[in-house]
This record gives sequence, structure tokens and C-alpha cells, in this order.
Amino acid sequence: MAAGNTLTPTAYIQHHLQNLTFGYHPDHGWAMAHSAEEAAEMGFWAIHLDTMAWSIGLGVLFLWLFRKAARAATTGVPHGLQNFVEMMVEFVDNSVKETFHGKSRLIAPLSLTIFCWIFLMNLMDLVPVDLLPMLAQKIGVMFGADPAHVYFKVVPTTDVNATLGMSLSVFALIIIYSIRHKGLSGFIGELTLHPFSSSNKLFQVILIPINFILEVVTLLAKPVSLALRLFGNMYAGELIFILIAMIGLWQLPLHFSWAVFHILIVTLQAFIFMMLTIVYLSMATEEH
Amino acid sequence: MNLNLTLIGQAIAFAVFVWFCMKYVWPPVMQALQERQKKIADGLDAASRATRDLELAQEQADETLRESKEKAAEILEQAHKRSNQMIEEARENARLEGERMIAAARSEIEQEVNRAKEELRSQVSRLAVEGAERILESSIDEAKHRELVDKLAAEL
Repeated sequence: MAAGNTLTPTAYIQHHLQNLTFGYHPDHGWAMAHSAEEAAEMGFWAIHLDTMAWSIGLGVLFLWLFRKAARAATTGVPHGLQNFVEMMVEFVDNSVKETFHGKSRLIAPLSLTIFCWIFLMNLMDLVPVDLLPMLAQKIGVMFGADPAHVYFKVVPTTDVNATLGMSLSVFALIIIYSIRHKGLSGFIGELTLHPFSSSNKLFQVILIPINFILEVVTLLAKPVSLALRLFGNMYAGELIFILIAMIGLWQLPLHFSWAVFHILIVTLQAFIFMMLTIVYLSMATEEH
Repeated sequence: MNLNLTLIGQAIAFAVFVWFCMKYVWPPVMQALQERQKKIADGLDAASRATRDLELAQEQADETLRESKEKAAEILEQAHKRSNQMIEEARENARLEGERMIAAARSEIEQEVNRAKEELRSQVSRLAVEGAERILESSIDEAKHRELVDKLAAEL
């Protein structure tokens, strides 16, 4: 177990689920959070260093790999990396073409980035739960930190900030696409004249607020569900890995079987996030 | 779970990644894919064209073969006809020649017969004269009775 035998299971789990937070604490100023409470007290002005580092690192890894293949891309018979990259690109391109009927230079690369990035971030779940946090602890101790205070969460998608950050970006794109394709009035009309409409002007005026409430909920549900679906799946998966890690030797077969099953979830969640993004954006560009 | 600056950081990172992907990853890969697609399509086109050409050439060869066969048959037939004709002609010629030769031989024979007759006649007339001379001894003047004897010989 990561933090030694003195930890109770609850503390162990909590330790695993706490991000390495750097932020402004009302009492200590800019500093690392030494506990979950301190991290909570920092409020909004804090940043999860582990989430940021892993997600950016994995994103750079993805782009580096794909850029390498893209630069070397030939029209001849593709080999190795190029083959793989082309397969991914074609897979994403087909998914986009099937769902999104408008023309957009952004949406296909966006989908590719979403799929690959989320897939890589999710994949970190398959690294043994204690391995990287222990390494981080060793490094932290070298820098003179209390081992109990070195929090380290490896899977960025188990941090709701990461998933919400992406889904809010997608949300912004939904609004931009809606306004660009339907105009501001069209967008507002969509929010207010749907789903109830009446030919009677008076009734229509009464119906507008009802429509507005319904449609805004629908609209806001998109990014929230997008973020929480991914977060919830990965968080639950991570939690089960942590629980399995606590049962002693029997964890090995269990770990393996859960990891195999988790490969499915990892891929599926990345795919769902990508597909829903495409669907939302195609809904934003099409008239109902 | 605290919402904090990480959210904004993630959004920024996400935007940068998407921008990079859109700018430097997607276009070259797509271009390579499309170019390859075009190349493959061209190759398939060429292959089908070649097949068609081959078919055409085959057809042409068949046609030529058929024509030449026809021609050969025609020539053969002509030769046949010609040879028949020649044989016919030769036969006719031979027949005519034969007839001519027969006619010539006949006339020659006739001539010979005539000549023999003439000679015989003259000999007979001489013999007759001689006989008569012997019978009449010198009573007959050869010059006086020549005319009579010739007339006799002509009657033979």
C-alpha cells in the first residue's frame, strides 16, 4: 500500500482520490495543499498539478506521434505507425461523415483529438494504481515533503475538472456553431419557440418562458452529461482498482480481469465522448 | 471534488491540442490518404482499360484470322476451279490435236493411195503398151498411139 501500513483503508482510498493541488490558501498563501480540506479551502484559485501534467503530457504524446506519422506520410504502401495513424484518422473521419453532414474543417480534427486524448488519459487507469503515486511519493520525499502529503492521481479523466474543461469547450463550440448556422435570432428562436408553439400570439407569449426553461435545461444538460458520464465511469473504475488493491494477494487475478474489462470502458468512453460531440455539433448546425 | 483553475487549464490545453491537430496533423494525413485513394483509383482504371484493350485486340486478332481463313478458302477454291479449267482445256486441246493428226494421217494416206494408184496406173499403162507392143510387134507406133494408151491408163 502506498502510504505504509499505518493507513486505514478509508485514509488509503481518500489519499488516492486526492489530487496534487497547488493554490492560494487563505491562511498559507500560494502553496501545495497538505490535505483534502486545505485543497477544498483553496476554492477556485487552485490547480491540480497531476491532472494538468498527465493530461498535457499525454496530449503532447498523442500529437507528437501523429505529427511524426503525418510528416512522414507517403502515398505509397503505409507501414507501422503511419498505418495505425491512418487507420485512426479514417475511423474518425468515417464517424464524422456518417453523423455530421455539414462542412467543417474543425470537427474532424476535433473529434480525433478528443478520441485519442481521452483514450490515452483513460488508459492511465490500467497502470497499477500504486505504482506512479509511490514513485511520486519517493520524489516528493527527496524534495523534503511529508510522504502523507504527496497526493498523486494519475488518471486525468477521474478529475471532474478535466472532463468538464473539455465538455465546456465543446459547449462553447455548440453555441458558436448554432449562432453561425442559424443566426442569433435563429438560436434564440430555437430556445424559445420550441417545443410548444401556438398560432395564437397571446398563447405564444405565455409559452415562451416555458419553452425557454425546457430548452435551456436541454442545452445545459449536454456539457454536464458529457463531462459527468466520462468522469463517473473513470472514477468508478479507478475506485474499483483501489478497492481491489486493498485485498492482498488475491488482487492479482482480480486486477487482471478488471483491467481487461476496463479496456472496453476506456475505449468506449472515449468513443462516446467523441460521438456525442459530433452529434451535438451536427444538431447545432442543422435546422429541426 | 473541487472545481478550480484546472478546468480552465484543461480547456486551454484542449483548445491548443485541437488547433495543433487541425493545423499540423489532420491535413497531411488526409492529403496522403486522398492521394493514395486517387492513385489506387487510377491504377484500377488503368487495369480495366488494359483489360478492355486486350479484349479489343483479341477481337481484332480473331477477326483477322477469320478473314484470312476466308481468303485462303477463296484462293483455294479459285485454284481448284482454275486447275479444273486447265485440265478441261488440255483435254480439249488433246482431243483437237488428235483429231487433227488423225485427219492429217488420213489425208496423207489418201495421198499415198492416190500416188500409188497413179504409179500403178502409169505402170499398168506401160505394161499394157509393152504387152500390146509384144503382141503387135512393131505395128504400133509408140508416138502415134501414145494418146490412145494414156486415155486407156486414165480409165484404169
